[in-house]
Parts: sequence; structure tokens; C-alpha cells
Amino acid sequence: MTALQLGLRQLWRDWRAGELIVLLLALIVAVASVSSVNFFTNRIQLALANQSNDLLGGDLVYSSGNPIAAEKIATAVAAGLQTAETVEFPTMVLAADSSQLVALKAVSHAYPLRGGVHIANALFAPAKTVAETPAVGSVWVGSQVLTQLGLEVGDRLTVGAVELVVAAVLINEPEQSGGMLFGFAPRLLMNINDLPRTQLVQPASRVTHRLLLAGKTDRVAALQRDWQNQLEPGERLTSIKDARPQVTTALQRAEAFLGLAALVSVLLAATAVAMAARRYVSRHLDNCAVMRCLGAEQGFISRLYLWQMLVLGLMGCGAGVLLGYLAQWGLVAFLGPFAGIELPPANGWPVVLGFLTGMITLLGFTLPPIMQLANVPTLRVLNRELGSIGFNTLTAYVVGGLAFVLLTLLQAQNIKLAASVLMGLLLLLFVLALLATVLLLLLKWSVNRAGASWRFGLVNISRRARHSIIQMVGFSIGLMALLLLAVVRTDLLDEWQGRLADNTPNRFLINIQPAQVEPIKAFFSTENIDVPVFHPMVRARLVAINDVAVTADDFESERGKRLASREFNLSWAAVMQQDNQIVAGRWWTDSESAWPMLSVEAGLAKELGLVLGDRLTYSAAGQTVTAEISSLRSVDWGSFNANFFVLAPPQLLVDFPASYITAFYLPESQHAFLNRLLQQFGNITVFDVAGILAQVRSIVERITLAVEYVFLFTLLAGLMVMYAAIHSTLDERVREAAILRTLGASRRQLLTGIVLEYAVLGLLSGIVAATVAGGVGMLVAERIFDLDYVPGFSLWLAGGLIGAVGVGLAGVWGTRFVVNQSPLKTLRQF
Amino acid sequence: MNMNAVLKVKGLTKRVVSPEGELTLLNNVALDIKVAESVAIIGASGAGKSTLLGLLAGLDVPTSGQVWLDGVDLFALDEDGRARLRAEKVGFVFQSFQLLSNLTALENVMLPLELTGRTDAADVALQVLERVGLESRQGHYPKQLSGGEQQRVAIARAFAPRPKILFADEPTGNLDVKTGGTIIDLLFELNAEQGTTLMLVTHDSHLADRCLRQLELEEGCLRGDT
Repeated sequence: MTALQLGLRQLWRDWRAGELIVLLLALIVAVASVSSVNFFTNRIQLALANQSNDLLGGDLVYSSGNPIAAEKIATAVAAGLQTAETVEFPTMVLAADSSQLVALKAVSHAYPLRGGVHIANALFAPAKTVAETPAVGSVWVGSQVLTQLGLEVGDRLTVGAVELVVAAVLINEPEQSGGMLFGFAPRLLMNINDLPRTQLVQPASRVTHRLLLAGKTDRVAALQRDWQNQLEPGERLTSIKDARPQVTTALQRAEAFLGLAALVSVLLAATAVAMAARRYVSRHLDNCAVMRCLGAEQGFISRLYLWQMLVLGLMGCGAGVLLGYLAQWGLVAFLGPFAGIELPPANGWPVVLGFLTGMITLLGFTLPPIMQLANVPTLRVLNRELGSIGFNTLTAYVVGGLAFVLLTLLQAQNIKLAASVLMGLLLLLFVLALLATVLLLLLKWSVNRAGASWRFGLVNISRRARHSIIQMVGFSIGLMALLLLAVVRTDLLDEWQGRLADNTPNRFLINIQPAQVEPIKAFFSTENIDVPVFHPMVRARLVAINDVAVTADDFESERGKRLASREFNLSWAAVMQQDNQIVAGRWWTDSESAWPMLSVEAGLAKELGLVLGDRLTYSAAGQTVTAEISSLRSVDWGSFNANFFVLAPPQLLVDFPASYITAFYLPESQHAFLNRLLQQFGNITVFDVAGILAQVRSIVERITLAVEYVFLFTLLAGLMVMYAAIHSTLDERVREAAILRTLGASRRQLLTGIVLEYAVLGLLSGIVAATVAGGVGMLVAERIFDLDYVPGFSLWLAGGLIGAVGVGLAGVWGTRFVVNQSPLKTLRQF
Repeated sequence: MNMNAVLKVKGLTKRVVSPEGELTLLNNVALDIKVAESVAIIGASGAGKSTLLGLLAGLDVPTSGQVWLDGVDLFALDEDGRARLRAEKVGFVFQSFQLLSNLTALENVMLPLELTGRTDAADVALQVLERVGLESRQGHYPKQLSGGEQQRVAIARAFAPRPKILFADEPTGNLDVKTGGTIIDLLFELNAEQGTTLMLVTHDSHLADRCLRQLELEEGCLRGDT
């Protein structure tokens, strides 16, 4: 009989005897956790790849905040390329007495140059792909616009100063952009020839102009090279290669994060696998000695166990991949809508990754101990004392560690990311283990002062200190994830919202023309709404710092690059707003109102490396202005007032084209005010901060759900660690319990001991988890939300309770037959 | 070498290093065992009985000396070579039964047959189980069997491959007198049926008396051969 055949038989026999259940379950959890994330991300990547051809609507897109110069179009046409123009901006549309923010895109006749537009003739009617644009006088709108405004195809809606007919429902079109927030605004496609009549585009309006180009690859590439060198700040060239809407970039970050969260489950599951392998090996020492005695060669025994592990691995990986495939539907439900695209079925790659992860986990953590089985001295059959094999723990740790590095690399697919994840994980494990050790020492100290009935249970925890610490770290990670997501997140969001006063501005008006400021103020007065402050806004590009030209490449951080290449909103003010504070330098006096001075927000100054006295040169609409930084300000962005990174004295920017912005509080009961305002001033855009906040909250909640979902596997893996730990000491416990019962201990006393042991272990893990979760919460609060968050006692209470009850119950369940077995039967087995 | 000898031992010595200094477990033992002979190794605790048995079966290596098992020089082979030889020619019965806890009675008996690649392992094992009167317990795990039943399974396992020589280490040590008697009967019946050489270590004088020959060990030396 070959080692494979006998290996298969033995595998079946071990399985039937319940020897492999922990190994297999832990493996399934690891593989399912990684696979669920990988299937999901794979489908997103495939969707993006499938769409890349018509993602842009052309082969190359030139975009700018200013109208496309006629020469640019002429150059492109002369180079034999097709062109199409689009103008895009967020705006309000009206119908009867309701309004809706939309992402408006006006397109020229040739749009799109690549791909097609998907439209439907009525709400929920089947979609069709067309290669045309809305006719003059008509618009195509997303279904949300129709449902929000109570319209149907054929109805009219007001866009700025004109009424247009809704001719179709827009399903999607190439080159959807708009960023995280406006990306969620329903879309409106209209004919570019209708745009002037809407009067929505005014000087200094926030508008993105795009020129789509398509043609022969070499000609496109040549034009791209030429234009790339002439790009001004605020202008961009995008080719298919780097076409990735912002939303999908965010999604990719989410993918990486989910992948790494899954990795935590793999690490825990691997710990469970290693512990289960230990027990498997110690239980098979006798078997191996007998087989050696019966004539099995060392190599045969090694092959026998290797085959068993390989087959077990394949089974576990198969089941895990299948479970992961089913579980990914949960992620699709939570995160799918963010992608905004239909997800195609996954290819085989996640299956390969799942099997690789599973096999590395299993073999990395079981092979070193299992391969030592072949070395068992045959004499063990005659004298057990002679037959123990010294485990080579170092080899096991090194091989296991290498396996984990490999797993991290496989998941992160980026050495730098993998390295930082490993460092972070090591740090986390170290902190958790340290806390667990301190608590254990405290426990040991207090046990000596506890009554005899407590001692039996509690002494077990400190006696098996190493196991206890591993178990506590396992539970802590699971509990920490749970506490962070369920308690700390809610606390933080509540804290943040609680800070907003009742009359915090909840509406922003932008694109207000200078001539409209006074009429709008009068409109507010007649409507009995407090007239807010109107701030001027000049869109300008930072072109030089201390007379040296600025390019995005001058900055290392992504934010610095972005800030340097985009247009700034400059403003002016005689008096500083109340939610601003000077942190360096001084504000200007009345006599300095035309002086070349600037006040810069401190965070921006730090990002761009600016200091007091630096001279900044801005350019807007062909004019430039150079001024010196005379003060740095801190800004309370959480006030929801209109605020600016860069302010100038009142007279410095008067010659620049400006529009106005204001923020005000509108009670929900007076919502109709907005419609009356928009009917009179059609070109202004209203941002509903409350709506945007609700949207942000729903995004956060969806992402949290997805993360919680992935952390469910972490919790499962934590339970696996516990199960493996319980199992690894089970034989010892059974024997101890039998001896204790023989000596007269009642079942009740034994059970109390076990309940105490696990409840205290859970309680301690809960305390460790709450401490670390609270720390992470404070860090996030300070760094991201700029809040002073002090975790409440409820965090520790929740952690301790969940830990004590959850782990206590699971522990009792895992060891239930220790107290139920007859002592005589138990003692006879040993 | 005596052509009838299934086991020949010459100058067999085993020393180990202990905290108290070097300890001689077995000192210059020499003997011949003939085919189908039944031999009891007797002696006080610590006399070296189990050490001798372990060396004769090639489970351990001596400090010096030689053992020929069915004409093969045991210690000229490596550990795997000795394992192959055991698979072909040797059976074992232990004091603590040494059944594999995750295998049923039948599977335990099948194991040595499976290790030699026999395809009829299940049939042969079942026949031997019937012979020891345990066919009705074939699907039971060791922990579901009494001590006597476990030892009968162990005997079935030892005889199933029809070994030339069977080593038994205190086969009745863990059993009551009555059960022990049944086990001894079974051992000798099978010994007679299969013509197997029987070599057993025992404290049990009844058992020793039933053997054709008794070797007495004292402090590692062979004192008597009767």
C-alpha cells in the first residue's frame, strides 16, 4: 500500500475520531475570510478593466477650469483627431416646488468618442446603448432626479434660466466623475448648445471644461507628449491608463484595507492551526512509535503525514473558497453600490489565492511539528519516558513566521505595504500580549488571596500562562475590532455631531454673482431669515513661492501635490471670522487694506512648507498678484461656516473676477424658501450640508458594515484559537477532573471552576481590548476629527461583559464533557 | 550459526550514561533461540528484561554485540532496514496494548498488513479477529473495549501478518488473573497453530512455566537458561 493510499485511509480515520476538526475549521475560516474579500475585489477590478475602453469617452481627455481655447481644438483637429467638448458642474434643478442637486454635464454633438451612453425610455424600462447626445431643448436625467422631483419622461424641469424636457432616463455615461460626494449626486446630461441660455456659467463659476480626443494611437500619444509639457496648474491630461474615477480609488483603498483585515483572521487562524497541529502531533506520537514498531520506515511515515496534510489542506481550501464565494455577496451588498458599475463574475484568481493562502497557512504551521513525528524513538512502545521528542520550537517559529510574511505579501501585493502591516501587527500583538501579561500577573497575585473555591479555576489561567496569553491576544483582537466599530465609532460620531450648535449652518450658496449679493440679502430680509455674511471668492492658481515657479513635483505628499496643482479659493475680509485664530504674525489694520499681505491657514502652510514672510504669487484670469504671508491662522472647520485657506486684505483682489459664497442655517420647516430663492436666482447652487452629512454617514455606515462583516471572520478565528487552546489542554483537563472527582469534588465545583476560568479569561481579554480600542479611538479623534475624545467607562464595561459572557459560555461548551465523563473510565484510559 | 536458530545473540551489551555515572543495563549476553521455541525472559525489576527485548526486536541499538534475526545481522541495517525486517518477520504484544486510539479494532489489526502493502488486509484481519473471538467488536474503538479485549485485538494484530517471531512484553501485566489466563492460552494456541517463535518478558511465573525455555536475567547478565 502506498503512503498516499494509507494516508487517505488514516485521514478518514483521524477525521472520524475528531482529531482534525480544529485544524480543518481554522483553515476554512482563514481561507473563507481572505476569499470573500478577494472575490469581491477581483470583481471590482474586472469591472474596471472591462470598462476602461469607454471609461473616458475618448482616448485622451484634457481638462481645465477655464473654457477650452479654440487653438487647442484647432491643433487637435489638425493632428487628425476627433474632438468632443463637455462642461461639468454641480447645480440645482427645479420642478414645481421642489429642487434637487445634480451633477450636470453639457456635451457637444460628437460625445462620446468612445463607448456609448446607456439610457432608458422610462423609469425602470430596459436600458439601451445609444451613440447620440440629448437634442437641443432636452435633457437625460438619472432616475433619482425623476423620483425626487416626482417627474416622468416627457415632463419639464428648470435648469438655471431655461426649462428643458426630460427625454430619457440616464443609466450611465462614459467618464462619470465628480468625486466622492458629487459622484453620488444624480446625473444630468444636456446639449452644450443649451448651456448659455441656462446662464449657469458665470465668471468665476466652479466649472470643469473637458476636451475629449480620439484617433490613431501614435497621433494621440504625440499630442499627449506636446501638451503634457504645456500644462498649467489646474489643467490635466488623462489617458485610459490613468483613468480611475476618485470613487474607485477610494474603493481600491477600501479593498486593500479589507484585505488586510482579512489577514488578521488568517494570523489568528494560523495560531489555531499551529496549536491544533501541536496536539495532533502529541496524540500521534504513540501511533508513530507503533507504526515504526510494525515496520513503517521513517520516510514512509513522513510521506504518510505529508499526504494527509496535503489532502486535508485541499479539502479545507475548497470549503473555505466556497464559503468565501458565498460570503462575498455580503460585501457586494454593502459596498457594491459605491462602484457604480455592474460587477461581472469573478475569474479564477481568487480561487488560486485562496488555495495558496490555505496551503501556506496549513503547511507553514503544521509541517515543522508533523515532520518530527517520523523521528519518534521506536522504544516508546516499551517505555513512554524514552519516547518523547524534543520539539524544535525555533524551527517552528521561523517557518511559521516566514509563512506569515509570505501570506502578508500575497495579500498586500506590495512590499512596502506588507512591511508596514507586519510592523503594525507586531506592535499590536506586542501591546496586547504585554497588557495580557500584566493582567495575568495581577491575577496571580490576587488568586493567592482568594478563597479555595475560586482558586481551582483561576489558578489554571496563570498555570497555563503561555496558553492564556495566546488565547487572550486572540480574543482581544476580535473584541477590539468589535468595540472599535460598535462603541468607539458611535461615540466619535455622536461627539462630533454633538459639537454642532443648533443653528450651525446647514446650507451653502455658491456661484453668487457680485451683482446678486444685495438682491439676495434683500430676499433673505423679506423672507424673515437672518441675513448671513457673504464672502467673496476668487479662483486663482498658486504659480510661485518667493518668485520661484511652483509645480506639483516640488511636493512630496499627495496632498501637497494636489494643493499645488489645483485652483485655490482666495477671499478677502477686513475683520477675521470668529472661528479663526491667529497662531503666528498679525491681522491687517484698516490702513493696510490694499497692502500685499496674506493670511494662510496653518495646516496648509505646513503642508506646502510655507512660513511667515514667504511671498506667494497667484494668477487668475490672466492677472497675477504677489503678496507676503503676514499671518498664519487656525480654522475651526467643524463650525461649518464658509472658511478659506488664504485670505487677503479687502482691497488687494478687487480687480479679480469673484463670485460670492455664504453659509446659513435654514430650519427644515422653511425648506420652500430655497425653491423661491432658486426660482429668482437660477444660477446659484445650493449645497444641502445636512443632506451631504447624511450621505457621509450612510457611506461610513456601509463601509463599517463591510469592515464589521470581515471582522466577523476575525471573531470566528479568535474563537478557533480558543477552541484549539481548549483542545490542546483537554486531555490534561479530563485527567485532572477525573482525579478531582475521585477525591470527592462535585460536578458543580468542577463546573464552577471552568466557568470562572473562562469568564475571567474573557473579562481580562475584554479589558485589554477596550484599552487598546480606546487608545485607537483617541488617536483617531485627535488626528482625524480634531476632537478631544476620552473613552467612557461604558467601553470597558461593554468589553468586559462581552468577553466574560461570550468566552465563558464558549469555554464551558468546549469543555462540557470534562465534567460529564465517568472518572473511572477516564482514569482507565491513562 | 545454528541453522535452526531464528534468533542468535552474541556479546550483547547496553550501557547508558546517567547522572550517577555509566550504567550497564545488559552485559555480554549470548543466546540462540530456535524456530517455534517459546522462551520466557524472567528476572527482577531493573534486571534488563525489557532492554533485552527492545534490542532483540531492533527497537534500540546496543553499545556492542550482534543480533541475527532470521539470519540477518540486525545492527548492520539502518533504522529503516530494521523497520522493514520487523514488518516482514516480527510481531509485538505490549503490556499497555498500544492500540491506535483513532482506529477501530479491525483497522488496528489491518494496520501491519497495510504497511506491507497487502490488498487483502481487511479480509485477513477479520479472520484473525474471529479467531480471537472479537468479530462482533470489529467496529469498536480501543476505549470502548475492556483491557482483555484490547489485548486480544493486540494479539490479533501481532499474528495477522504471520510473523516468524513474536515478542511480548508483560502481555498480562495489565490484566486480572482470569483474563490474563485467557490471553496466555490464546498466545500459546496461536504460537502452536502458526509455528511462530514466542519470546516473552514476564513477571508471571505461571506464564513463564508454560514456556519451553526460561532465561533468567540478573543485573543485566544471563544467569540461567533452563
